[in-house]
Amino acid sequence: MPSLSEVVDTNKMFEKDNLDVRTITMGISLLSCIDSNLEVLKKNIYEKITTTAKDLVKVGKEIESDYAIPIVNKRISITPLAFIGSSACKTKEDYVELAQVLDQAAKDVGVNFIGGYTAIVAKGMTKSEELLIRSIPQAMAKTDCLCASVNVGSTKTGLNMDAVKLMGQIVKETAILTKDRDSIGCSKLVVLCNAPDDNPFMAGAFHGVTETDNVINVGVSGPGVINEAIQSVKGKNFTELCEIIKQTSFKVTRLGQLVAQEASKRLNIPFGILDLSLAPTPAVGDSIAEILESMGLEEVGCPGTTAALALLNDQVKKGGIMASSSVGGLSGAFIPVSEDQNMINAAASGGLCIEKLEAMTCVCSVGLDMIAIPGDTEATTIAGIIADEAAIGMINAKTTAVRIIPVIGKTLGDSAEFGGLLGFAPIMKVNTKSCAEFINRGGRIPAPIHSFKN
Amino acid sequence: MEKSIISVLGKDRVGIIATICSYLAQNNVNILDISQTIVGGLFQMMMICDTEKCSKDFHEVADDLHDIGDELGVQIKLQKEEIFEKMQRI
Repeated sequence: MPSLSEVVDTNKMFEKDNLDVRTITMGISLLSCIDSNLEVLKKNIYEKITTTAKDLVKVGKEIESDYAIPIVNKRISITPLAFIGSSACKTKEDYVELAQVLDQAAKDVGVNFIGGYTAIVAKGMTKSEELLIRSIPQAMAKTDCLCASVNVGSTKTGLNMDAVKLMGQIVKETAILTKDRDSIGCSKLVVLCNAPDDNPFMAGAFHGVTETDNVINVGVSGPGVINEAIQSVKGKNFTELCEIIKQTSFKVTRLGQLVAQEASKRLNIPFGILDLSLAPTPAVGDSIAEILESMGLEEVGCPGTTAALALLNDQVKKGGIMASSSVGGLSGAFIPVSEDQNMINAAASGGLCIEKLEAMTCVCSVGLDMIAIPGDTEATTIAGIIADEAAIGMINAKTTAVRIIPVIGKTLGDSAEFGGLLGFAPIMKVNTKSCAEFINRGGRIPAPIHSFKN
Repeated sequence: MEKSIISVLGKDRVGIIATICSYLAQNNVNILDISQTIVGGLFQMMMICDTEKCSKDFHEVADDLHDIGDELGVQIKLQKEEIFEKMQRI
């Protein structure tokens, strides 16, 4: 039986340190919906989602109440839509119609995001995949809770540079079509390399074709709890610092495991994976940058930042893996700028630049995330940033991503306001020297030598 | 048996345990164990109960206890036991 101190300790994590379960994401396979008639396809998709996920929000709330814990988001991920729409969608507009159906289905079951407006084009693009990609700007402008992602490369296939170039243009177009809301469309669009099939976190969530019909994936969080634990080892050596992060990460992951098992049991849908990513929010005390600063950095971005993040990411995984046998997704630490108060402060003070963030992405779980840049940044420059990040992922066999927002009409010194969990972001400086000639070559960067393991 | 934990946190005063216990008795909740401590005027108490035969819905009891806490000026939570077992024990 638990002791009084254990009960007090556990509840303190929720009340004072912002511990929460960030998301229960239901993965739904839409493969059975495929039809060559667009109207039939739309009906099939709507019905599949609204029947499979009808109890998701209700069950989420019941679990919250049973354990008195916050479960912040209930979400859905679907099979990459480029597979599902390939025989019915003949134009970009056809895909946009599907986007609107997905958006409506998500709203009707009460989830806050649905992910899977996705094309996996790591090696080449089919006509259908290209149509979906070209429809993204309109789809993002006409929907509220739909998230889009494009996987442009992998360690096994190399980088599809045609797709990288196209995504530079698509990010820019998406920004233009949502310029009245600080180009918010781009906050729901992510370009990935080595995208996992089971990620529960938006905007990159989709239900991969390697998955079963439906699964429950859970994403935990808890930067505040880790930060609080680190305070207790101030001045101690790295061994003790690592140990305390590992122990705390264990507790956080066990919470996720419990929620995932309960949700799976109550919804009668198999438990997929637990993603142990530390995910910040703009709330005070819910910051990854603050953890790094608690380790002894004056401000995130200063020398030592990459080492601190590497240590954090690795210890989180070590503690988490001990706590759950089904760890997957992205797992590690997220470093979005606009969603993390101390990152915002460092970016605003000039101490944190895109190049340092790029270095940090080599050792954290994802990539350049929620970074606002001047609206007049060239599409080829955006493609260059995507190519750099994807190259890091490809060579290091890790997931990387770019979610970058060229805020139309704004420039250095301004800031963009996205609201809610997405936060706000100061516009960051981009190196404006041209990479157009490099990007315009087209074709593919071959897979690295270490991918040939057969 | 459905083990649940009631935890109380707040400023000490007369009648906290009495009020909670009489509410639990009215609703057929059996108390298995109680432990409490007062540190610097801060009252911390935990009850382990069996809510299986409770006459009300679990969530209704949680809401009622929350309201009783408001009246007494303390924070009262009702939670299923597994969360503490899972998070604190290997």
